[in-house]
Amino acid sequence: MNVPQNLHYTKSHEWVLFLDDTTARIGITDFAQHELGDLVFVNLPQVGDKVEIDQVFADVESVKAVSDIYGPVTGEISAVNDELSDSPQLLNTQPYDAWFIEVKNISDKMKFLNAAEYQQFCEEDEGH
Amino acid sequence: MDLKTPLYDTHVAAGGKVVPFAGYLLPIQYATGIITEHMAVRKQAGLFDVSHMGEVLYSGPDAKANVNKVITNDVDLLENGDICYSPILNHDGGFVDDCIVYKYNPDKYMIVINASNRHKDVAWFKEQLFGDVVFEDISDITAEVALQGPNSTAILEKLVAATDIPRGYYTFKENVLLDGIPCLISQTGYTGETGYEIYTSNDQITAVWNKLLEAGKDLGLIPCGLGARDTLRLEAGMPLYGHEMDDTVTPLEIGLGFFVKMEKDGGFIGKDALIAKQPFNTKRAGLKVTGKGIVREHATIYAGDLEVGMTTSGTHSPYFGYGIAMAHLNKKFAKIGTALEVDVRGRRVAVEVIKLPFYKKEQ
Repeated sequence: MNVPQNLHYTKSHEWVLFLDDTTARIGITDFAQHELGDLVFVNLPQVGDKVEIDQVFADVESVKAVSDIYGPVTGEISAVNDELSDSPQLLNTQPYDAWFIEVKNISDKMKFLNAAEYQQFCEEDEGH
Repeated sequence: MDLKTPLYDTHVAAGGKVVPFAGYLLPIQYATGIITEHMAVRKQAGLFDVSHMGEVLYSGPDAKANVNKVITNDVDLLENGDICYSPILNHDGGFVDDCIVYKYNPDKYMIVINASNRHKDVAWFKEQLFGDVVFEDISDITAEVALQGPNSTAILEKLVAATDIPRGYYTFKENVLLDGIPCLISQTGYTGETGYEIYTSNDQITAVWNKLLEAGKDLGLIPCGLGARDTLRLEAGMPLYGHEMDDTVTPLEIGLGFFVKMEKDGGFIGKDALIAKQPFNTKRAGLKVTGKGIVREHATIYAGDLEVGMTTSGTHSPYFGYGIAMAHLNKKFAKIGTALEVDVRGRRVAVEVIKLPFYKKEQ
């Protein structure tokens, strides 16, 4: 399992990369893509939409099931990675490059896990 | 408490992602993933553990009459060593289950049933018994694997004498040896490809599994999970109990009339109800997703504002690369080429009615 040191993580398996204090990119982790299996469709929001903590902002479909992606921050969507619409498999092959959205004007954020904490969280999850 | 098939440890050791299914712990996929497993079956070969399936035996002078009473197809049309697909109906013409029936000889038959329905089916079969017949539920002492894909015959030929391989679709050979292991081998499957199902005892199935994987190594054979089994059967337009059929749906509404022999001697359970309920306004249809997204089961289908049906199964088709679904659709809107919409969690997704099966192998 790949858990880069420079990212922040959530217990719902999103990663957050801060570009500056109030701007961040959001994606799903290597653990998440592995659990979901082959991803074949991504339903993305639009630039200008609001994203809020713990609210669904996108969903991904694997061959078997649909899964919601939750906001780890509150802010305004400033960019959407349209490449995922045509190539959802990037989420499987390059989960930390395949960002979903970029959020600006971040006014609130979750209590994140750091890489070590997230790794431990996933290992406990796997043990269940 | 979920049961384990005799291959459980083998699946775990091989990296299978094990999930509860129909009361059994079975791999939904291996590390290879559903799409790779699916395409292996379409292009080369895949191996599935289907030991969860239920098997019952009827034997004795009244075996034939007992089997023909509970199935809609007619075992009188079979030669020894032939197999038929059949609905099993309740008194209202709805499905108890669907099955395949193996004819050993005029006095002995095996019916293979869905794992999820096994106990219900066995109780139902026992309730209908009459005359001189011995009925046995052999599910717990029978293990089964499915070898599927264009290379499956070549793989089997490495382990089984040429004359012991069933050469016709829906035929079988009993008491044959697979590299020394006694098996029953049928040319059947649930994938739309050439393939075989191999039955043996619980203590021999792991050896069968390993021998097949070894023999198929150079022919692209990989182990496959339930995920690929479902996407393959869906592409092949094959119905699944609990999806396309249940105890309220009749076979005549879902395109299975061919397997209902209204004229057979002695009739069958559900026949009177089928006659009384005709004609039907709905049919089973195939949908291709022309908009964005994946359409899954239990989604409402619209023609404008009018509700015209419900999806019964749906997935991303690994072979075609777009979403496909089967549906119970109002006949008036089921013409090939009809453009409709499906409600996918509050979003309308465009679909088109297309011909079933979605996938048909080259002859």
